[in-house]
Amino acid sequence: MRMLYTIARFIAEKEPPSQDSEGITTHSAWFPEKSEIIYGTFASLLIFFLLYKFAGPFAKKAMAARTERIQKELDSAAADKSAAATEASDIRQAKGDIGAERDRLMADAAVQAEALLADGRVRLDAEMAELLARADADIATAKSRSIDELRAEISRLSASAADRAVAESVDDATHQNLVEAFIQKVGASA
Amino acid sequence: MSDPVIEGYAKALFEVARAEGSLDEVEDELFRFARSYENSESLRNALTDEMIPAGKRQAIVEDLLGGKSTATTVQLVSMVVGSGRGRDLPAIIDQLVERASSAKNLEVAQVRSAIALTDDQQTRLSAALANATGKQVNLKVVVDPSVLGGIIATVGDTVIDGSVRTRLDQLKARL
Repeated sequence: MRMLYTIARFIAEKEPPSQDSEGITTHSAWFPEKSEIIYGTFASLLIFFLLYKFAGPFAKKAMAARTERIQKELDSAAADKSAAATEASDIRQAKGDIGAERDRLMADAAVQAEALLADGRVRLDAEMAELLARADADIATAKSRSIDELRAEISRLSASAADRAVAESVDDATHQNLVEAFIQKVGASA
Repeated sequence: MSDPVIEGYAKALFEVARAEGSLDEVEDELFRFARSYENSESLRNALTDEMIPAGKRQAIVEDLLGGKSTATTVQLVSMVVGSGRGRDLPAIIDQLVERASSAKNLEVAQVRSAIALTDDQQTRLSAALANATGKQVNLKVVVDPSVLGGIIATVGDTVIDGSVRTRLDQLKARL
């Protein structure tokens, strides 16, 4: 304070007092009058004191509350961060488990598919063999039936031809001979 | 065991023919008619069709047999057909023939031949069958072209087959 006062006095002494158009004299263009400085200083000190006395506790309390709130937020953030880290870890683990499960399922599916494929191949081969055997049997049956039908038709035609040939070739004399031969044979059979 | 109805009809026909004094002739005509009846599907259908009135069926019989058979034969067949027993006609006639033969102590010998036999052949055949079976026979000859040649004789349960048809059938079977 003393130093300020010394500086102000030095500046005031260096500069000559000036007078404006209304006739008011001012000792320095830079600094107020001594009395203004003294009153202003006391007023300022009073204000600072009042501020310190009455507003200080409120400000201190508000700052403490703010600090506490910020600390709480920091703690909450830290807890959230920790929970998030735990969750992330869980997710990473679960993801790993899912991957392993997926691999296991894929492996099982591949084994089952291979087994089904093999079974299907075997069944298909068996069915094909059965179909081929059945087709062979059908062909053999059809062939046999055709041969039988052909044989029966030939036999029928032969029989018909034989009947006609015999009927045409047996004349009256032959009929008489057959009748006489029958009578003689029956008569001699006693 | 034969049907009593058929036996009844046979007995009635037999008595009528005997009363008329033409048993042998009627029996022979009826026997031949029965064989014709068996061999002709159209005749069987005509005489057994219930849709044809009895009078019309009797008229068919009279048209067929009139002038070729005795009046007694025509009337007897007409009576059986008119009474709706056309289906049983062969059985009735066979019963009648058996009854007539029994009355004369004879066994019915049914002979199927491809050609008609002369009286001499019938006499000799009767003697031969009697000799072969040990029974006196009442010969009934049926001309049957399906025999082809030779004779098939049936006396009771005994069948003597000398037909070309049977030999041909045996040959076919062997082939």
